[in-house]
Amino acid sequence: MYQIGNLVKELSDEHGHARESLMPILQAIVQKHNYLTDEAMVEVARVLDISAAEVYGTASFYTFLDTQEKGKYVIRVCKTITCSMKGKSDIIHVIEEMLKIKVGETTSDKQFSLIETNCIGWCHKAPAILINELPYTELTPEKVSEIIKDYMQK
Amino acid sequence: MENKGLTKVDLIFEQIDNHEVLAKGFNMSKEDIIQEMLDSGLKGRGGAGFPTGMKWKFTAAEKNPEKYIVCNADEGEPGTFKDREILDRVSNKVHGGMAIAGKAIGAKKGIVYLRGEYRYLLPKLMIELESFHKMIKEIGYDFQIEYRMGSGAYICGEESALFESIEGKRGEPRNKPPYPTVSGVFEKPTSINNVETLVTAMMIIQHGAKNFIQYGTKDSRGSKVFSVSGDTPTPGIFELELGMTVQQFVNEFGDGDTKAVQVGGASGFCVPRKKFAETIIGFEGVPTGGSMKLFNSSRSMYNVLHNYLDFFAEESCGQCTPCRVGCQQLLKGVEKVKKGEAKSTYLNELMKLADTMKIAAKCGLGQSVGNAFKSIVGNFKEEIIY
Repeated sequence: MYQIGNLVKELSDEHGHARESLMPILQAIVQKHNYLTDEAMVEVARVLDISAAEVYGTASFYTFLDTQEKGKYVIRVCKTITCSMKGKSDIIHVIEEMLKIKVGETTSDKQFSLIETNCIGWCHKAPAILINELPYTELTPEKVSEIIKDYMQK
Repeated sequence: MENKGLTKVDLIFEQIDNHEVLAKGFNMSKEDIIQEMLDSGLKGRGGAGFPTGMKWKFTAAEKNPEKYIVCNADEGEPGTFKDREILDRVSNKVHGGMAIAGKAIGAKKGIVYLRGEYRYLLPKLMIELESFHKMIKEIGYDFQIEYRMGSGAYICGEESALFESIEGKRGEPRNKPPYPTVSGVFEKPTSINNVETLVTAMMIIQHGAKNFIQYGTKDSRGSKVFSVSGDTPTPGIFELELGMTVQQFVNEFGDGDTKAVQVGGASGFCVPRKKFAETIIGFEGVPTGGSMKLFNSSRSMYNVLHNYLDFFAEESCGQCTPCRVGCQQLLKGVEKVKKGEAKSTYLNELMKLADTMKIAAKCGLGQSVGNAFKSIVGNFKEEIIY
């Protein structure tokens, strides 16, 4: 859990108070805190003067606007056909072993979440993952293990 | 049918003097720009292939003083990654194409809707956009572009869902008509064009429609960027002249053991080896937004189909019943047949369901699930059953 504080006000000053400002505001909260708390969504609703149901309804439509608690680093492993053909399961296996979590889970120190995602547009360099917004491509079990190790030391 | 063979070209990624091309475009009348597009025969590069000149003509004809150019950069079709590369390498041509389109239809504002998966590109694009704005100001032309981000929903590549998303709502497709040219984003007349289409429009302004139509065939003019992946020794992004057969494509990109090519991604068509020679890649044969996936004989086409159906079941927006329920039933159906819990004749029922979805689904997503389903089941029935 995080405290939303003045963030929504700051974001609405930047992006505006119209309905079209909703996505940029929710995206900015997720960029900072990795997911949306109920408190955050209620505050967004209050500031934009729309119902909390509208905010939740919009957020829950988009997979990147998580409404469940997520770790500081969200690892998204592409599971679509080419990545699947080129060894996505091995990549997931390595990450699961290193972080001691399964797909869909978050580590107890809230540092990492591991999820599968649909095509991220790196089929020619499969298998590929996103860690937050950064893509990592042409992965091998060794390569992904180095990458995760680096993140664990951050 | 015309067959042009496989020819690599380098026009999309060619660095150009943006200033010069734009000055030329801004000096043309809007009627002349639209006529040039119509003469070029350019069809939309996102996959659906609507004639770009017609789209601009319809939007230009609307009386509303407030209009928009929207650049669809929500590239989510499995196997497509060319728009990312285009934005990464020649964003000046994308922005330029939007300004030319703006001139043609009478819009002063442009919005690029970029998929959330490509957010890492945004800082670089912002810098390039700033210098673009500076440049057109120097030319003395008023046009402003802004970026909006997606958040991981494939359906937002559908034009009306994309507008809903820009407006801050769930990305659920709208009923049509009205079409975007009449009522698009913020209910204003909108021309929504794919990233590559806008770059190609710039190219047509630069070289002229006469030069453009020397490439490609009567139904598929010009060249196009292909995203090649799967079982190939040379995966990547290639600009090729339109009009080649799948056989010629496979000769160039195959690994010697290609048994099928999925043309156009999960919503496209599966072409089996026996049809390689007779199938042309283009609007006269199998259309594609660029996604070309090769499968060799080590791959199970059941796994391919299952992966696609799983994708659609997750990405269906859930708004209309034919798509929401249809995707799930197709997925469950092939699983049942594979496990022997349903007879192989059940596949015939599923084929009928795919037909129903094509007629009854509200948008392109549900309507095109049957493309992959029917072409894979139709050509690889044994692999689905056993």
